[in-house]
Amino acid sequence: MRRVGLAGETDFAGWRKAARALALAGVPAEAVSWEVAGGAAGLFGGDEEALPAKAEAPAFTVPRAFMELAESAILHRDPERFALLYALLLRVLAEPGLVGVAVDPLVARIRAFEKAVRRDIHKTHAFVRFRRIGTEPGERFVAWFEPSHHTLEASAPFFVRRFAAMHWSILTPERSAHWDGETLRFGPGADRAAAPSDDALEELWRRYYAAIFNPARLKVAAMRAEMPKKYWRNLPEAPLILPLIADAQRRTGAMIAHAETEPKPNRMRAAKPRDAAQEAGLAETELAAVRRDAAGCEACPLYRNATQTVFGEGPETAEILFVGEQPGDKEDLAGRPFVGPAGQLFDRALAEAGIDRAKVYVTNAVKHFKFEPRGKIRLHMKPNGAEIAACRPWYEKEKALVRPKLVVAMGATAAQAVFGRAMPVGRNRGRVVPLDAEAQAYLTVHPSYLLRLPDADAKAREYERFVAELKEIADLLPAARRSAA
Amino acid sequence: MDLRRKLEILADAAKYDASCASSGTEKRDSRKGGIGSTEGMGICHSYAPDGRCISLLKVLLTNACAYDCLYCVNRASSNVPRARFTVEEVVGLTLDFYRRNYIEGLFLSSGIIRSADYTMGELVRVARTLRREHGFRGYIHLKTIPEADPALIEEAGLHADRLSINVELPVETSLRTFAPEKSGAVIRRSMARLRLKLDAAAEEKPGRHRPPRFAPAGQSTQMIVGADGTNDRTLLDAAAGLYGSYRLKRVYYSAFSPIPDASRALPPAAPPLEREHRLYQADWLLRFYGFTVEEIAGAGDGMLPLDIDPKLAWALRNRDRFPVDLNRADRELLLRVPGLGKKAVDSILAARRSRTIRFDDLARLRVPLKKAAPFILLSDHRPAAHLLESETLRARLAPPPAQLSFGFP
Repeated sequence: MRRVGLAGETDFAGWRKAARALALAGVPAEAVSWEVAGGAAGLFGGDEEALPAKAEAPAFTVPRAFMELAESAILHRDPERFALLYALLLRVLAEPGLVGVAVDPLVARIRAFEKAVRRDIHKTHAFVRFRRIGTEPGERFVAWFEPSHHTLEASAPFFVRRFAAMHWSILTPERSAHWDGETLRFGPGADRAAAPSDDALEELWRRYYAAIFNPARLKVAAMRAEMPKKYWRNLPEAPLILPLIADAQRRTGAMIAHAETEPKPNRMRAAKPRDAAQEAGLAETELAAVRRDAAGCEACPLYRNATQTVFGEGPETAEILFVGEQPGDKEDLAGRPFVGPAGQLFDRALAEAGIDRAKVYVTNAVKHFKFEPRGKIRLHMKPNGAEIAACRPWYEKEKALVRPKLVVAMGATAAQAVFGRAMPVGRNRGRVVPLDAEAQAYLTVHPSYLLRLPDADAKAREYERFVAELKEIADLLPAARRSAA
Repeated sequence: MDLRRKLEILADAAKYDASCASSGTEKRDSRKGGIGSTEGMGICHSYAPDGRCISLLKVLLTNACAYDCLYCVNRASSNVPRARFTVEEVVGLTLDFYRRNYIEGLFLSSGIIRSADYTMGELVRVARTLRREHGFRGYIHLKTIPEADPALIEEAGLHADRLSINVELPVETSLRTFAPEKSGAVIRRSMARLRLKLDAAAEEKPGRHRPPRFAPAGQSTQMIVGADGTNDRTLLDAAAGLYGSYRLKRVYYSAFSPIPDASRALPPAAPPLEREHRLYQADWLLRFYGFTVEEIAGAGDGMLPLDIDPKLAWALRNRDRFPVDLNRADRELLLRVPGLGKKAVDSILAARRSRTIRFDDLARLRVPLKKAAPFILLSDHRPAAHLLESETLRARLAPPPAQLSFGFP
């Protein structure tokens, strides 16, 4: 049996050096005994064998995942950990992917070590309670804590990052950590009596703990799973736990059975939401009034899931009225038509055709977004005939008040709203057709159709055609042109 | 009124908000000044006997409120004692608790006093003071008042890690009955505005200035369970819509709980904790396991069974999809096996590359064997053919009716 001495319970560098030399020399796991200086074995000393000399064989590399696992698992209190890790190392050399095989009994055991260590570090970060000594500027914060594994060195840097400007110490039975604002030092273990026994703030903290507890939802097992009893003796709030549990049922019963009280007589009242325009004495235009009515529209079920009604936008004197299908994700969020990807494409095409968007009125046939949630996104769904029909009165009011000379229907849904019946886009696009006594109509594709085309050539071609059609429109109604800069 | 009494009243008033999360924000620390840190993972510094994590100092600035939401302990017509913190008091408490490592930071909410803008302005003032005057780098969660001025909400996002607006009751008619001053439409519009700001802050365009910081831990919301007649299906539909529409980090479900001086319009009963638990499980299935609301809650009366988990319930309704061969099935299907969590599925997939999975291996992955056994196939395990067709399978898998803890009959 080969004895290997380690400098301390957390001597990862020593274990690593020895394990490497032993593995290179082909020493099997069962032939090594690992001992910690001053540890329980107490045998560290004279009869320790020299490590095998550097072998001729080339140095080996082990997967990073193994090193990370080992560095963490070695902090576990189980005295067998050094031997188990060495046994795992030998197997990893033969099968580099082994660390990822959680069903392997040895891997499972060492992963359980790692998990326990990680949890111990996390619980240290959570349950350390500092008590203040002295007052500013000479104040110090001192905590007494009992970790379950050899984790203080691994836990302490967190407190440096968090409390860099404070001077603090964490005392544990095995080690102590001290931060003076500049250097983190580790010293020997301490006695509970070395830490302060109280802090004036703890009374306030206990009041908070008692008040935030809801006696009607007692779930003691859930609490104990996360805050096991072994931590209670160092938590200033813990003495409240049993009394709070004992009184919970009575308090809940009293809340349920209480006699009805009169509503508070001098209660506050919510102020009525104010309407800035009304207060300023501004007369509302007719279109603004229609827009306000539309905001509360419940004529079809789409309002339930959509964020808001997306009403049309543009000057009330516009000569051209563009009609799209329905708002999309972005439009629904922003409450404005044509601001998403299709809207951006539309803007680009308008600009190329020389049309000023600020001089035209833009709206949609359906004014609520119809979608199906799919995880973190919303899938666009085509509005059906009933929804188009339910929404049509809003379009009709917009048209009646804006009184455009030309209505441009973009896509089949818009066509249905504008003409009041289905109108195939392919056959009818690109020409002016009479609509009614006041306006003519023009049919083209919806910009989102251009976005959906998978083929780049077809996309470019269709985009050109769309811009050409917009140019035709601009020729018909030059008032919508951009003014020369 | 002394600080201790105020703290009692204003913590008591805040406890019906389920969220206490302190995770998911950017990394910061105090090595270059200030105090505090956030490292991505949240920390629960204590647990109350209600099983809830105590991570943040969760208080209201004031529990005086002009709104009369019947389910709320702070509603205008309630006779509970009222209190109000000064901005300095909340700031001082937060820092004092933080230095002693009691908390990760602050979750501040408030009753509506004077106006939405005034109240929101006070909440923002607390966050600004902590950040600007004290260099506080810990976690801040601010409740957002939907009706408040967008400029205030923008500043809230500059200082806070998380913002939240509670939906409370997802059905508009319930909201009208129980919370007459609230409007679902206004809440949705505010969440939409938050999402646009969150999207803008997350977007980095080369050559442009970084957009202003905005609530790096995102937005969340809460729905009350059991105050009105809304069924689970409606709640989950609403949740799925909210996740998709506003990219919420979390939807919290809060079992309606008896409160001091409760309104008689609401059920005076123990909170439906088991139902709340099943909703959280269903929410997980929606977000991480590829299930749809229709699959989980589409059957029958739209309520999740209380005695078994929603995935097991789905499997029992879809027995023709089983048994699943753990050595061959793809990830999507493995995730649908009762008892297999995401981690176990990943472990199975990783191990499968180099060996054949056997029944004993599952115990090492901490898979509940009794639950999974009827639904899986392994080289050394094949469920008896009649088992999956058996009428009694459900009864065998449902736990015996347990005595509920502490006295609710």
